[in-house]
Amino acid sequence: MALDIGTTSTSAPSTPVRAATSETRLARATLIALALGFVGLFLLLPLATVFIEAFRKGAGEFLAALGDPETFSAILLTLTVAGIAVPLNLVFGVAAAWAIAKFEFKGKAFLTTLIDLPFSVSPVISGLVFVLLFGANSALGPILQSYGIQILFAVPGLVLATVFVTFPFVARELIPLMQEQGTSDEEAALSLGATGWQTFWHVTLPNIKWGLLYGVLLCNARAMGEFGAVSVVSGHIRGETNTMPLQVEILYNEYNFVAAFAVAALLALLALVTLVLKTALELRYSDEIAASRRH
Amino acid sequence: MEVRVQNIRKEFGRYPALEDVSLDIRSGELIALLGPSGSGKTTLLRLIAGLESPTEGTIFFGNEDASNKSVQQRNIGFVFQHYALFRHMTVLDNVSFGLKVRPGNRRPPAAEIRRRALDLLELVQLSGLEKRYPAQLSGGQRQRVALARAMAVEPNVLLLDEPFGALDAQVRKELRKWLREIHDRTGHTTVFVTHDQEEALELADRVVVMSKGAIEQVGTPDDIYDHPVSPFVYGFIGQSNCLEVTLSRGEIWFEDRPIGLRAASEPDGPATLYFRPHDIELIDGCGGCLAGLVTAGRRVAGTRHLEVSLGRTLPPVEIELPPERASSTDHSRVAFRPTRWKLYRGASDVAAASVQAQTSAIELAPTGT
Amino acid sequence: MAPRARIRWRLRQPSVIPGFGLALGVTLTWLTLIVLIPISGLLWRSSGLGWANFIALTFDERTVNALAISFGTAFVAAIVNLVFGVILAWVLVRYRFPGKRVIDAMIDLPFALPTAVAGIALTTLYAPNGWIGSLLEPLGIKIAFTPAGIVVALVFVGLPFVVRTVQPVMEEIDKEVEEAAATLGANRLQTITRVLLPGLLPAGLTGFALAFARGVGEYGSVIFIAGNLPYVSEIAPLLIVIRLEEFNYAAATAIATVMLFLSFLMLLVINTIQSWSRRRYSNGA
Repeated sequence: MALDIGTTSTSAPSTPVRAATSETRLARATLIALALGFVGLFLLLPLATVFIEAFRKGAGEFLAALGDPETFSAILLTLTVAGIAVPLNLVFGVAAAWAIAKFEFKGKAFLTTLIDLPFSVSPVISGLVFVLLFGANSALGPILQSYGIQILFAVPGLVLATVFVTFPFVARELIPLMQEQGTSDEEAALSLGATGWQTFWHVTLPNIKWGLLYGVLLCNARAMGEFGAVSVVSGHIRGETNTMPLQVEILYNEYNFVAAFAVAALLALLALVTLVLKTALELRYSDEIAASRRH
Repeated sequence: MEVRVQNIRKEFGRYPALEDVSLDIRSGELIALLGPSGSGKTTLLRLIAGLESPTEGTIFFGNEDASNKSVQQRNIGFVFQHYALFRHMTVLDNVSFGLKVRPGNRRPPAAEIRRRALDLLELVQLSGLEKRYPAQLSGGQRQRVALARAMAVEPNVLLLDEPFGALDAQVRKELRKWLREIHDRTGHTTVFVTHDQEEALELADRVVVMSKGAIEQVGTPDDIYDHPVSPFVYGFIGQSNCLEVTLSRGEIWFEDRPIGLRAASEPDGPATLYFRPHDIELIDGCGGCLAGLVTAGRRVAGTRHLEVSLGRTLPPVEIELPPERASSTDHSRVAFRPTRWKLYRGASDVAAASVQAQTSAIELAPTGT
Repeated sequence: MAPRARIRWRLRQPSVIPGFGLALGVTLTWLTLIVLIPISGLLWRSSGLGWANFIALTFDERTVNALAISFGTAFVAAIVNLVFGVILAWVLVRYRFPGKRVIDAMIDLPFALPTAVAGIALTTLYAPNGWIGSLLEPLGIKIAFTPAGIVVALVFVGLPFVVRTVQPVMEEIDKEVEEAAATLGANRLQTITRVLLPGLLPAGLTGFALAFARGVGEYGSVIFIAGNLPYVSEIAPLLIVIRLEEFNYAAATAIATVMLFLSFLMLLVINTIQSWSRRRYSNGA
């Protein structure tokens, strides 16, 4: 089998050939640079700006801004509104997911589309619909006012708008999760004699607890940060109907930049905490969150 | 196109997939790389393709060192076990792909590409399906498209990685025959990887038996089957029985008695005896034989397979007899002697034997059937 | 809407699992109160305007401009996000580099960060005296208080959509298909453009549609950086708010209805393109 060969070598080739399924070093570096540049420019830089501007005049100014009575009440209001809206949407989300995931019935697809509606509607429109419903020249508005119930330009209106905007979060997280989990666990519990509520508490809830937490996390972030819808229904009454995002707007428009960024920094901190928790949940409990955890 | 593999070594991290492998593939032959998983056969195929690079050693395509050529430059055709068809392209587009991506000066005009692709589809008996998408085809059809696609670029060498592994048994048999026919018509040098020895023996001009990163034997199917050079090859190909025996003055002894076989030039000591179930003759009485109790029997196609227990602590031995002869021996004692057999010395589980076997294989002429 | 009565007969298959009535009841009640009534209110109000009035309000020049700016900037931003989203997904799925985990997590920042915060941060950056604005000013490029600023804000807001829809698809790419293309002689660029990217098209279009829809309705992050000059950099949601503050409910309603309708139409178009591309490019996937 002697072939006439010029060079016989048993050492590794001097120029290693690139693997078939990878790009040149240059291409890779360029793509990474582009990606990082994009992320840096559009995500990291604005985030950094918030904190830099907040502390531009030092920590003292930062804390003073947060302690300002109007700002402080804005913080409290945000917590209140979220504190009402999130649990309400939690209950709704669980109920909706239970109905959709564990049963077959007509109109399921329509229901799911309806649940997704707030995602496709502009936040301003979300607020507008409530103004039309409860405003001065609506049918309900004057009736409720005569009973002393103030919806718009008051906390109830803020809660309503926030609830509208955030209610899909928990449901969207739980529905695919519970669909994936199926009904066998519940059927087993029932066959062993458990009542419906017992089954729910002891079987279903533990199964969905991480997905639930994940949905609540996203719901809360949105609830606390919502701007457009709340802006329309709030009336911007200082100290009374200003949530933190609205307060940011007011301070900014008054050129009180440090204070505006101070409140913004708090919200940004909330966002970062949300991201950290979200990532932690995704990493550790990915099967228990859902197949479609990335929306 | 000849392919020469010279002293190839491939390590993945610390794991040695191939150790000092050399092989000459003749132009136009259909050669099989056969072995169990972990034997390195797929790695060798991928090294020839250029999908991996060797840690050491060279591969020659004809007279040229292929080491510095990327997979695109080697002009090979590769067929994957799971077809790897382009899902979003029609069958025709799939087959034409290799021609369409050629750089301008080497690319044939569009009409020519289309004609060639259609011709190939006719060759693989898929005419009329050119507008279908892969999802609309059966497994066998997809694999034929994959082969047509690989052949479209007129490769130096066709490489197939367990091409029929994902198909039903029936389809597999049909495609095996069909592949041989295609090969005979087109004359491409073809290397295919399989763990199915029936497939290798049936299809290939030559078979390369591999184990644990090394080549055990290279030869025609007859060579491999009738003259295996190592215990591994004997045991891997076809069915075999394996007994620990002792040599004493040229007589082969099993347990405490001679079995009537002689190996005159062999020194005394322990050895391993291999024989195939159908290479035996029944003996009446026993002046040197293997004897035992029949523990089970079943009908397999045109013969009867009997399981014979040679002793309580020993694993049973399988022998094959024509049904007429077997009928009288159920649940009774039977005595037999191998007609063709081989003796191996040294450890019967030889690690990494190369073609120059480390165990000495003793071969004797059959003493008649 | 009769939420709770006679639920049993609506079940397709009888089920041993209890609570259907309760769960569906709660769901439907909540949906009715929070979604259906308000939205119907809008549509009812809108229809109460009378056709002629509606047309006049819709085709008012300032309205048309605002809608054009909203949809136009959202489109441009969605295109930017499509291109860079695919690059980002590619880099995150296929390469390793320090900080990749952090970057991957940060992609979701626009989902978590309140829009007003993003708005003031971006304005500060791109204003003529901001870090980036001051670099571009001498070149004659103004970002803040122009439609370009709107695009920047909408790129921020829509950034995660394409990345997150394309990422899972990219993770599923079969390496053997890439190898097959290479063995057939395709260089890397050909493999990527002819074999890999077409398979990503449906997911990419989905992400594009989501980013676009989000961009059209965006308010909080835009109003600070936009400048809000009527006919130039005024977005439709802002015009709705302005009309509301003028107590011009009719105009606000009309604009909102038109926005809903146009978004619906756009989504329909994109859905059609999506199912076409799904049929063409990922047959059997």
